[in-house]
Amino acid sequence: MQKLFTNIQQIVGDVVTVEAENIGNTELAQVITKRGTSLAQVIRLDGKKVFLQVFAGSRGISTGDKVRFLGHPMRIATGNMLLGRIFNGSGVPLDNGPELTDNLVDIGGLSVNPVKRIIPDKMIRTGIPMIDVFNSLVESQKLPIFSIAGEPYNELLARIATQVEVDIIILGGMGLKHEDYLFFRDSLEEHGALSHSVVFMHTAADPVVECLLVPDISLAVAENFALEGKRVLVLLTDMSNFCDALKEIAITMQQVPSNRGYPGDLYSRLAARYEKAVDFDTAGSITILAVTTMPGDDVTHPIPDNTGYITEGQFYLKNGVIEPFGSLSRLKQLVNSKTREDHRMIMDTMIQLFADYRETLEKQAMGFQMSSWDVKLLKYGKLFEDKMMSLKVNIPLEKALDLGWEILYNCFSPEETGIKKSMIDKYWPHMYENKTYSR
Amino acid sequence: MTEPGKGRITKISGNMVTVSFDSPVMQNEVAYILHSGERLKSEIIRVRGNLAEMQVYEATDGLKIGEEVGFTGELLSVELGPGMLGQIFDGLQNPLPEIAKQCGFFLQRGVYIRALSDTQDWDFTPLVKPGDKVRAGDKIGFVVEKIFKHYCMVPFSLRGTFEIKSIEGAGRFTIREAVAQIIDLNKKVYPVYLSQNWPVKIPVRAYTEKLKPGEPLVTRMRLIDSLFPVARGGTYCIPGPFGAGKTVLQQLISRHAEVDVVIIAACGERAGEVVETLKTFPAIPDPRTNRPLSDRTVIICNTSSMPVAARESSVYTAVTIAEYYRQMGLHVLLLADSTSRWAQAMREMSGRLEEIPGEEAFPAYLESRIASFYERAGMVRLYDGSTGSVTIGGTVSPAGGNFDEPVTQATLKVVGAFHGLSRSLSDARRYPAIDPLISWSKYKSFIDGKQKERGQTILHKGFDVSQMMKVIGEEGTSLSDYVDYLKAEFFDFVYLQQNAFDAVDEATPKERQIYVFDFIYHILESEFIFEDKDTALHFFLHLRQLFKGWNTTPWQNEVFEKTEKEIRALLLERLKKG
Repeated sequence: MQKLFTNIQQIVGDVVTVEAENIGNTELAQVITKRGTSLAQVIRLDGKKVFLQVFAGSRGISTGDKVRFLGHPMRIATGNMLLGRIFNGSGVPLDNGPELTDNLVDIGGLSVNPVKRIIPDKMIRTGIPMIDVFNSLVESQKLPIFSIAGEPYNELLARIATQVEVDIIILGGMGLKHEDYLFFRDSLEEHGALSHSVVFMHTAADPVVECLLVPDISLAVAENFALEGKRVLVLLTDMSNFCDALKEIAITMQQVPSNRGYPGDLYSRLAARYEKAVDFDTAGSITILAVTTMPGDDVTHPIPDNTGYITEGQFYLKNGVIEPFGSLSRLKQLVNSKTREDHRMIMDTMIQLFADYRETLEKQAMGFQMSSWDVKLLKYGKLFEDKMMSLKVNIPLEKALDLGWEILYNCFSPEETGIKKSMIDKYWPHMYENKTYSR
Repeated sequence: MTEPGKGRITKISGNMVTVSFDSPVMQNEVAYILHSGERLKSEIIRVRGNLAEMQVYEATDGLKIGEEVGFTGELLSVELGPGMLGQIFDGLQNPLPEIAKQCGFFLQRGVYIRALSDTQDWDFTPLVKPGDKVRAGDKIGFVVEKIFKHYCMVPFSLRGTFEIKSIEGAGRFTIREAVAQIIDLNKKVYPVYLSQNWPVKIPVRAYTEKLKPGEPLVTRMRLIDSLFPVARGGTYCIPGPFGAGKTVLQQLISRHAEVDVVIIAACGERAGEVVETLKTFPAIPDPRTNRPLSDRTVIICNTSSMPVAARESSVYTAVTIAEYYRQMGLHVLLLADSTSRWAQAMREMSGRLEEIPGEEAFPAYLESRIASFYERAGMVRLYDGSTGSVTIGGTVSPAGGNFDEPVTQATLKVVGAFHGLSRSLSDARRYPAIDPLISWSKYKSFIDGKQKERGQTILHKGFDVSQMMKVIGEEGTSLSDYVDYLKAEFFDFVYLQQNAFDAVDEATPKERQIYVFDFIYHILESEFIFEDKDTALHFFLHLRQLFKGWNTTPWQNEVFEKTEKEIRALLLERLKKG
C-alpha cells in the first residue's frame, strides 16, 4: 500500500510542501485532514521537498495531516457511461449518481501530430443566422465568445448546446454562479440534450484549483470520444476565470509575472487546451467554443489578446447580439462555398449594406439630412437587426438565406444590392410582388 | 576523449530539471533523462557549481528526484543532407510523418527518429579527384534531390586544408556510406558522407565573405516589392495584431517568392495553419519550375501545444537548414511564424531560471538573441565564387497589437524592412493590411526612386486630407485637396491592394509591377479638369473599376491591351490640355 507522509513543512496559498521521496512530477496525492480528503497534484520537486497543489484549497490543513501519494497523474473516467452525468472539477459526481472508474485516461495528454490532422471542411449548424450565415462554425474549430460581464453569453452557449448538430456535448463550467449552473443543467434537461452531454461544473464557491482542472478534464473526455469517431463539441465558460486561477497559482508559486500579473506562459497554457480542437484523420473531431469575458471590454487585455492569437477567429457578443464587426470565423471560407450557391453572396452583400447602415446612423446622430438612400438603409438596418441579428431568431441556414433575400427585397431594388444578375434572376423573391414584408 | 558523464535529478520545476554531476559538462550540451524506459532529450542551459540546469524538450510528468541523466558531450545538432526537401520536421528535426507511422495520432514522449533516411540511396556524381586540395564547405560531388543538384560538401566543422585521398566514382550511395576519404597535414584521415551534422546555435561560416544585400527578392506582392522591398540576404519583419493576416501573408509569400528553397518555421502557432500548408503544397505547382511547391519547401513545425523548449530550438533548426542550402549556392527564404512565440519560450525558461526579468518579464538577453538570429541572414560569396543567400522574414505577434512591446522593438532595430500590419485596415477588408504610412524598407526597390517617392507622398497627403475631412466635412475641402485624396485612395485600391483569391491578381511579376507603377505614376502626376467633387469622385471610381478588371487579366494578353486602351481613353477626356 502507498506510504503515508506526515511532515508537512509549509503551507502557502493552496500549495502545501511535504517531505517525501520517490515521487513523480505531476503525480496525484491525497491530503487527509480532519475535514475530509482532498486530491492534490505535485507541481514541483526540489530534493526531498514535494510541492502539492491542493484541489480543495489549503484551508483547514494542519501540519500534522497525512499525505498519501497515488503514483499516477490525474485521471478521469471516459466512455458512454459519462453521458448525462454532472461532475465537479475533480471528477466527483454532483448528481448523486455513482462514481465512475471505467476507462481511466490521463488528463492533459499528448499533443496531436500535425500530420494526422486534416483540413476541416464540415460546417456545424447552430440555427443562429449570425453564426450559420455570417460566421459559420466549422468542425474542429476553436472559437472564443468574447463578451463582457452581464451579456447573455451563457444563454447563447446553452442555446447552442441544445440545438447544435453534433454527437456529444461536453460542458465545462469555470467559476460560474450557482444559478448559472442550475440554468445550464435545467436547459440541457428541458431540451433533452443532457442524454448526450457530460457536464463538468466548477462554481465560484468551489476551490480555485479545481477550476484549473475543468478544461483538461473536459478535453480529455472529449478526446476519448473523438478517437471513437464521435463529433464532439466542447463548451467552456468562462475561460477568464481559468486564466485568473492560473494567475493566482503562479503568484503563490512566486513566478515572475509578465503582463498585468499573468504568468509568462499564459499563451502556452491556453494553447495547450485550445489546440486540443482537432479533426482526426480517420476518426472524429473536437470543436471548442469558449466564453472569454473581457475585463472592461478591452480586447488588448492579456486574456482576450493571448486567446485571439490562438483561436481561429472569435464571436463578439455585445449588447445582446453577435456583432458582425469584430466577429470572425477564420475557417468559414472552408465551408460556406459548399452550402448553397448564394451563401457567400448574401453574407457579403448584407454585411456591406449593414456597414453602410451604421455609417448612416452616425450621420443621422450628427444631424445630417437623410437622403432617400439613407432612408432605405435605415429601414434595412432595422429589419436586419430584428430579423437576423436578434438571438431570439432560430432558423436553419436555408431559411436564413431566404430571409436575407426577403429583407433585401423589401428595402432595395435588385441593382441597388450590387448582386450579379444571374443570382438575382434565380433568388430575387418574385412571389412577394405587391406585398410588403410584414414585421 | 573522455566518456561523457552521468548525473542525477535533484529538482524538477515545469520543464526545467536540475541535475547534479561529477564529470565536466558543457553549456548547451544535450543530455537524456532516463525514466522507466524512456529517454527524454534535454539541453543544459545553466551550470552552477555541480548543478546543471536543463530544459527538457518533453513534458516532465512522472519524472522523479534521483533519476539518471546521461550527458552526450554534444551540442544540439541537426543532420544535414539530401532528403530534407518536402519533409516536415518538428523543432528537433524529427520527421513528423515517420513519427505518425510509428505512434499514430499523438506525439509520444521520448520518440526520436533520425531526420534522414538510412536506406534511401542517391545517385552520386563526384566533382573532385584524388590529390585535389579542399577545405570545409568545398563541394566534392553531388546527388540530385528533387529539382536541385544537392552538393556533398566537406564537413563545415573541419579546419584547415585537406587532400582528397580517395573518392568513389559515380554510383548510388546512402547517407551512411562514405563517398570520400580526405587527409589533413598530419595524415589523419576523415571520411566524408553525403550528410553531416551541425550544431544549430552556431552559424555556418564556410564562405569567403558576406556581401551587402542588394538584389531584390521578388515576392510578387506589389505593396512589398514596389514600396517596401526585401533584398536577397536581407531581413524583414511583419508585426501585427491577431486577425490582421500575418500568417496568410507569409503563406502567399512562401508560394510566390522568387527563391530556390523556402524554409517554413511554424513556431508556436496554430496547428491548423501548418496542416493547410502541408496538405496543399504538394498539389500546387511552383510557377517557376512546374514541380509541386512542396519540392522546394522544408517545414519545421513546432505548434503551440508542442513542448515549449523545442519551440525555442525550432527557429535555430530552421535557420541552420537554410544556411546549409545556401552553402550550395542557392537562394533560401526562411519564414519564421511567429518570433514572438520563440521569445515567449525564452521568457518561460528565464522565469524558471529565476533570472532578473527585463521589460514585460522578457529576459535581458532578448535583444541580443533576436539580433544574432537575424544576423544569420545574408548574401555570401562561397569559396568557389558563386553566391548564395538566406533571407529571413519573421512575423511578430505583439501583445495587444501594440508595437511598443519589447519583441517588436528589438526586432525593428535589426531588420532591413518593416511591414506593419494594421487591424483597422484588415477590418476595412483591405488586403494586404500592411499600413504604408508606418512601414519602411532600407533596401532598394526596382521601381524608379522618383516614382516610388511620388507614390508615398500621395499616400501621406491623402491621409492628411482624409483626417481633415473628418473635421470640416467634404464641403470645406478644396477641390485640389479632394483630388489628391481620391488619387491616394485610387493608388491604394488598384495597386497596393491585391486580391488573394484571384489567380492573376494574387501574384504580380516584376515586369508588370514596373509597367503598371509607371502608368499609375503618370496618373498621379497628371492634372485633371473637374467641374466639381462629384465628377471627380465618379471619374476615379470609374477608373478604379477599370483598373480592378485590368489587374485580373493576364499580363499583355488581348483583354489586357484592350482594357489599357479603355483606361487611356478615359484619362484623355479629363486631362488638362497642353
